[in-house]
Amino acid sequence: MITTALFRALDKKAIWVVSAILLVAILVPLSNLVLPVGHPLRVPNYLVPLLGKYLTYATLALALDLVWGYCGILSLGHGAFFALGGYAMGMYLMRQIGDRGVYANPELPDFMVFLNYDALPWYWLGFDQFWFALIMIALVPGLLAFVFGWFAFRSRVTGVYLSIISQAMTYALLLAFFRNDMGFGGNNGLTDFKDILGVSVQADTTRAGLFAASAVLLAICFILCASIVNSKLGKVMVGVRDAESRMRFLGYRVENVKTFAFTVSGIMAGFAGALYVPQVGIINPGEFSPANSIEVVIWTAVGGRGTLVGPIIGAITVNAGKSWFTGVLPEYWLFALGGLFVFVTMFLPKGIVGTAASGWRALRARSISSSASEGSGVKPDKPQNPASPANMQPEAGE
Amino acid sequence: MSFPQTLFRLPALAALLVLAAVLPLSAQAQDAAAAPRTAAEIVNAIGEASLREIAELVVELAATGEPAAASVLSALEGGDLYADEASQTVVIVRDDVMFDPVSGAEIGPEGDADLSRIRVNNSLRRDIRTVIGELTLMNPDPRTRSTAAASMFRDADPDNVELLNEAIDAEPDAGVKLLMEQARAASLLQSELEPDEYAAAIAVIADRGDREALAILNAQLANVADEQRPALEQGIADIEQNLALWNIGQNVWYGMSLGSVLLLAAIGLAITFGVMGVINMAHGEMVMLGAYATFVVQDIIRTSFPGLFDYSLLIAVPVAFLATGLVGIAIERGIIRWLYGRPLETLLATWGLSLIIQQAVRTIFGPTNKDVGNPSWMTGAFDLGGLSITYSRMWIVVFAIVVFALLLLVLSKTSIGLQMRAVTQNRRMAAAIGIRTPWVDALTFGLGSGIAGIAGVALSQIDNVSPNLGQGYIIDSFMVVVFGGVGNLWGTLVGAMTLGIANKFLEPFAGAVLAKIVILICIILFIQRRPRGLFALKGRAVEQ
Amino acid sequence: MAEHKEARGSLLYLDGVTVSFDGFRALNALSLVLAPGEMRAIIGPNGAGKTTMMDIITGKTKADEGEVYFNGDTDLRTMDEAQIANLGIGRKFQKPTVFESHTVWDNLNLALKKDRRVFSTLFYDPSAEDVARLTEILETIRLADRRDELAAGLSHGQKQWLEIGMLLAQDPKLLLVDEPAAGMTDAETEETAKLLKEIAKTRSVVVVEHDMSFIRDLGVKVTVLAEGSVLAEGSLDQVSANEQVIESYLGR
Repeated sequence: MITTALFRALDKKAIWVVSAILLVAILVPLSNLVLPVGHPLRVPNYLVPLLGKYLTYATLALALDLVWGYCGILSLGHGAFFALGGYAMGMYLMRQIGDRGVYANPELPDFMVFLNYDALPWYWLGFDQFWFALIMIALVPGLLAFVFGWFAFRSRVTGVYLSIISQAMTYALLLAFFRNDMGFGGNNGLTDFKDILGVSVQADTTRAGLFAASAVLLAICFILCASIVNSKLGKVMVGVRDAESRMRFLGYRVENVKTFAFTVSGIMAGFAGALYVPQVGIINPGEFSPANSIEVVIWTAVGGRGTLVGPIIGAITVNAGKSWFTGVLPEYWLFALGGLFVFVTMFLPKGIVGTAASGWRALRARSISSSASEGSGVKPDKPQNPASPANMQPEAGE
Repeated sequence: MSFPQTLFRLPALAALLVLAAVLPLSAQAQDAAAAPRTAAEIVNAIGEASLREIAELVVELAATGEPAAASVLSALEGGDLYADEASQTVVIVRDDVMFDPVSGAEIGPEGDADLSRIRVNNSLRRDIRTVIGELTLMNPDPRTRSTAAASMFRDADPDNVELLNEAIDAEPDAGVKLLMEQARAASLLQSELEPDEYAAAIAVIADRGDREALAILNAQLANVADEQRPALEQGIADIEQNLALWNIGQNVWYGMSLGSVLLLAAIGLAITFGVMGVINMAHGEMVMLGAYATFVVQDIIRTSFPGLFDYSLLIAVPVAFLATGLVGIAIERGIIRWLYGRPLETLLATWGLSLIIQQAVRTIFGPTNKDVGNPSWMTGAFDLGGLSITYSRMWIVVFAIVVFALLLLVLSKTSIGLQMRAVTQNRRMAAAIGIRTPWVDALTFGLGSGIAGIAGVALSQIDNVSPNLGQGYIIDSFMVVVFGGVGNLWGTLVGAMTLGIANKFLEPFAGAVLAKIVILICIILFIQRRPRGLFALKGRAVEQ
Repeated sequence: MAEHKEARGSLLYLDGVTVSFDGFRALNALSLVLAPGEMRAIIGPNGAGKTTMMDIITGKTKADEGEVYFNGDTDLRTMDEAQIANLGIGRKFQKPTVFESHTVWDNLNLALKKDRRVFSTLFYDPSAEDVARLTEILETIRLADRRDELAAGLSHGQKQWLEIGMLLAQDPKLLLVDEPAAGMTDAETEETAKLLKEIAKTRSVVVVEHDMSFIRDLGVKVTVLAEGSVLAEGSLDQVSANEQVIESYLGR
């Protein structure tokens, strides 16, 4: 059963994308570690975690696209799942510091000593074990997504209402994590990490490894999304996106479909957050801010929602632009980002990939119609992707 | 007020005058009988007088009707009155600074002036206190009397009881009389009392029911006799219950005040989102622009027309309305009209716009908070029963209600309001009967934005005016509109007040942040139960 | 589920169904009984409650009062759209609603009577039997040569046919059809009537229609609705002779 799903996922295009990602996973660390400093093809040290961060963002955008592009759920709170995954990883990393903190307490992280904790709160137990943290990285965001989705979709909260309450969800978490007595480091969050799996997080090899892990995670998520999207369930999701009530009258339990997609997406975002944290070295409540979540939406929109490659391209392009801008013209970045929101929604609703694909199809169609006179009788190809064309409106339900 | 009338109403003072007349008069006193001296002359005479002469001068000073007499006398009683040998005058010295006793003006630091304290003995002190009491407790001005009673309640002294008894008998004003009785009860508690007197005093103080009363009764707890303890504890319990009631009232007021802020912030959104169905994520920025408009108006007034400062907010209201309204119309014409029917796209585009507006304001005005001043009528506070009400909050509540009422009026009574409602209910039909729907759309959006700007004027008085001002309100505003029910202004009113009051009631238990989280979670759950809000429209039209 | 006495033996049983929206009574004590295998035409002026009646049956709208039973024993009032659809009640909308970003084949495949649960659809792999069934339907609705085209590219009539094909794939016991002939050419209308009669051989059908000639083509029992309740019932000739019916149609 699962193998058929996998085979379906790995059509020609998907194999290309996955191979490209895996190639990057190998080449970037290799060039950084093997080539001598100063070599023109060497990826400099500072760039490795930066590129790794982009890849985790790409995974997050892909997760959002699964629910927005394919299921019509515009979540403005996906940053919450990302941040929760990040906090789970951060808690593991805090426990690895041991007695090397400022207060040299072997049991308690520095901020707890500072805030006069006597003992670890119960929810910090187990996070010294990597396997436990790994389970939590999936479980916590997944559970939140499931519970939120179960309530919201069962009550048929749709469209902008869903967007707004998902934003309220991440806002509530933002406020909660700012509190010192939540036991997650309050305003400062978790930082000063030392080791991950017994090796220093600062070491070049670790950073290369984290980069490779981010790329592999992206590849796995891509395959997972492709196998969902290309299955009959994927077509059901697109049906829900385009005409939700029609799917109900066909007998599909729309709320279950949405909850499934939302939960899978939340887990993916959680893992992305977990790999983000060791590469940037900090996780704080700011990651829950509604602005962050809505930025993910624009990455996805720029790249092209309803395509699987689009969000990856969008996340990397926009963030590379952000890095460049904040280096050169820091005060104009918000103008650029704001302008991007306006421009993409008004002039590029299908995003880069969607626009390119439909342009390509139009070109193909013209060349086919010109060659049709030669009697080939070729019909236009079935599009690879069920969601890219025509009706891009996730709100099309009645 | 005429003095002789006062005089005959004051038996103790009259008695003292008689006393003074019977006693052999000093030369000064005889002079006084011939030609009344001014208060300043009398006060200065105290400097050289003997104890007995002082007693006469005290009576004479009281007889002048000089308003400062009471304060001079209390300075004398308290030992703050000094004779300046060099200038032959009498001064009050407090914290090493000399004051003129009659005018109250500051003379200068004590420095090395040659001062000697004017001494009084206990019997004179008692006389003085009596005179002061009569000057204040029996002053013709009821405000002076009630202040005196209140201060005697605070500094309860058994010596005052007799004085209070007389004042109570003479008191015509029931309110002041009550205060005096409370002061008497407090004073009585300082002395030895019979059980039934004690219980009566406790009851009088318990009836007062405020924190001061509670403090007096709590102080009694330490040395109360066992048989009187139940009465005392009952009194304390009564006060605490009374305080709890006022506390609820205070919370309701705070909640209404927060609700008004929410209402102001949300009401513009109720139009753009509720009536037009447009998700304007830049709504908070319209509020922020309104606050900056206030800043600009005040800035111009400060530099060019300082006399108009108290009117700055009144001027800022139309300025902010027009400025943000025009920005709103520009946004509608430039962006939103291309995105009708695509709410999620509108949401994203207006979010982008909010980033641009924020950054633009940051570039023009700088990232730091701007100082927007409070006009005089917005500062200060007053007490209403057990409530403490600040003028700024009160005016914001009033303002929110006025704006709400005006908006209702505009929507229900004016032709543009009628057109707006027509367009939202049936756009095609409205167009068919000749309403210029694009124009109405632009105006409706402008109205919503303009009201957000007005909200900004109000919020500039209680919040930091910075480029981030709007962000703090956008989620709350959406919650209010969604909770109240889209398309229903009354729903917005009820929603805002409910959320405001609920928030303030949760705060004491949960703290401000947790209260907010709890409210957010409650709204999330509520929307999931009733996706269309509190006052939802039903029927086919909504399903479309 | 407790069997309902009066509803016994019927396929669809509505009794005293009342719905109001903000004071407006869309349905007013509507009662209707449909026998298994029966085909019924419903006519009525605008606002008579035809669409609301369909909404009640399919679970889109909940009745304020009254009873709605399917198969004599299944209370539809407690179920939602998906449950009702899975009982075997199919619905065709007035406006053709096909999934425009899916191909014709995928549209039919989505409608095919199969396990609708999330994980079954995730791991669904079409069997030879399913493919044969879908191909057969494609032939019936004459869209075999367009199976891999997007539904968005179909003409209006073809979309109507595709939707009927989807209903066939769904294999319902009861079919609710809302104005199937709207916007069709005369030839298409005739074909549609033929197809519906074909379908009605194996299942019950309720057709809402304005087009009298279409109803004449169908030749079935007619129920006339007006102001949310049943005005008359009988053959087309009987109801057209009914004075109340004439009044409600012409009197407006």
